[in-house]
Amino acid sequence: MHRVNTDIEQFRTCQLNSLEKRLLNEFQHGFPLIPRPFQKIAEELDVTEQVVIETLENLQSQGFVSRVGAVFRANSIGASTLAAMALPEQQLEEVAAMICEYSEVNHNYQRNHDFNLWFVLTARDEQALNAVLDDIEQRSGFPVMYLPMEEDFHIDLGFDLSWT
Amino acid sequence: MSSMQKIKRPETADNTLLDDNDRKIIQATQAGLPLVSRPYDAIAQQTGMDTEEVMRRMRNMQSLGIIRRIAAVPNHYSLGFKANGMTVWDVRDDVIDELGPAVGALEFVSHCYQRPRSLPDWPYNLFAMVHAHTREEARSLVAIIEDLLGDANRACDVLYSTRILKKTGMRLLS
Repeated sequence: MHRVNTDIEQFRTCQLNSLEKRLLNEFQHGFPLIPRPFQKIAEELDVTEQVVIETLENLQSQGFVSRVGAVFRANSIGASTLAAMALPEQQLEEVAAMICEYSEVNHNYQRNHDFNLWFVLTARDEQALNAVLDDIEQRSGFPVMYLPMEEDFHIDLGFDLSWT
Repeated sequence: MSSMQKIKRPETADNTLLDDNDRKIIQATQAGLPLVSRPYDAIAQQTGMDTEEVMRRMRNMQSLGIIRRIAAVPNHYSLGFKANGMTVWDVRDDVIDELGPAVGALEFVSHCYQRPRSLPDWPYNLFAMVHAHTREEARSLVAIIEDLLGDANRACDVLYSTRILKKTGMRLLS
């Protein structure tokens, strides 16, 4: 699950077989909520349950699939916000590493902008969220810009991976 | 920046709809289902419920919209989508409710949110994530959004991720 200090450019363009592609593209929603979901998927793909499980294990261990499971709606449980900081180049590493240590931080990206550090914070409630924001500002000595979601405009049906 | 109460709006928190057993299920599944023949049995065992109960509660959370979908969640970066642009737009307030859903419906947009502006540094109120193989391809996708927004778009920018420092599933209830 953790991808720490991963340079985007190092990812190779992947070579996946047709079963792997179908598992990835066709099961981004509608994963069966029945006692033996992999058996059902296996029937649809005309392979055995064991092959489905092993293929997903492989995709997961190679990092092509981050997980098989539920995708929760942002902000449906607890409180969360997108946050950004504009850090001088020479302090970026140190502050970024400090921010990664918080268990409330689940995403942290460097981006090409004056606001060069972007992270997502999720906590049990607003009070806990505010406490973390305060703590980050105090420890880093830099202000945090926080941009909580006001409206979700996306109808989430997964993403067409279009193998071209 | 003033401390205390930075985040004031409760957003769409549906905390009241969840009980402790739902939270146990979220906690047990947030890092993914175990890849075994009967994954919900494993969750049931872990949470002290029976399998039917686990599945019933997950179906309920799905119908409430708390679970958006159950899926094999791909990692776009590993799959060759290296140009992941966070496109940000300053859209006129009087038309954002109309144009936001239109942007969110574009097939190459994976997330689309309205967020508050933070003036003077940050004039943008609409965020749309686009995933492309190259920045050139991403630029053509940005142009489509630009066309769609037309005059309502007063300023825009595209922020590419250059490094992933941390990426985990939600660890809300750990």
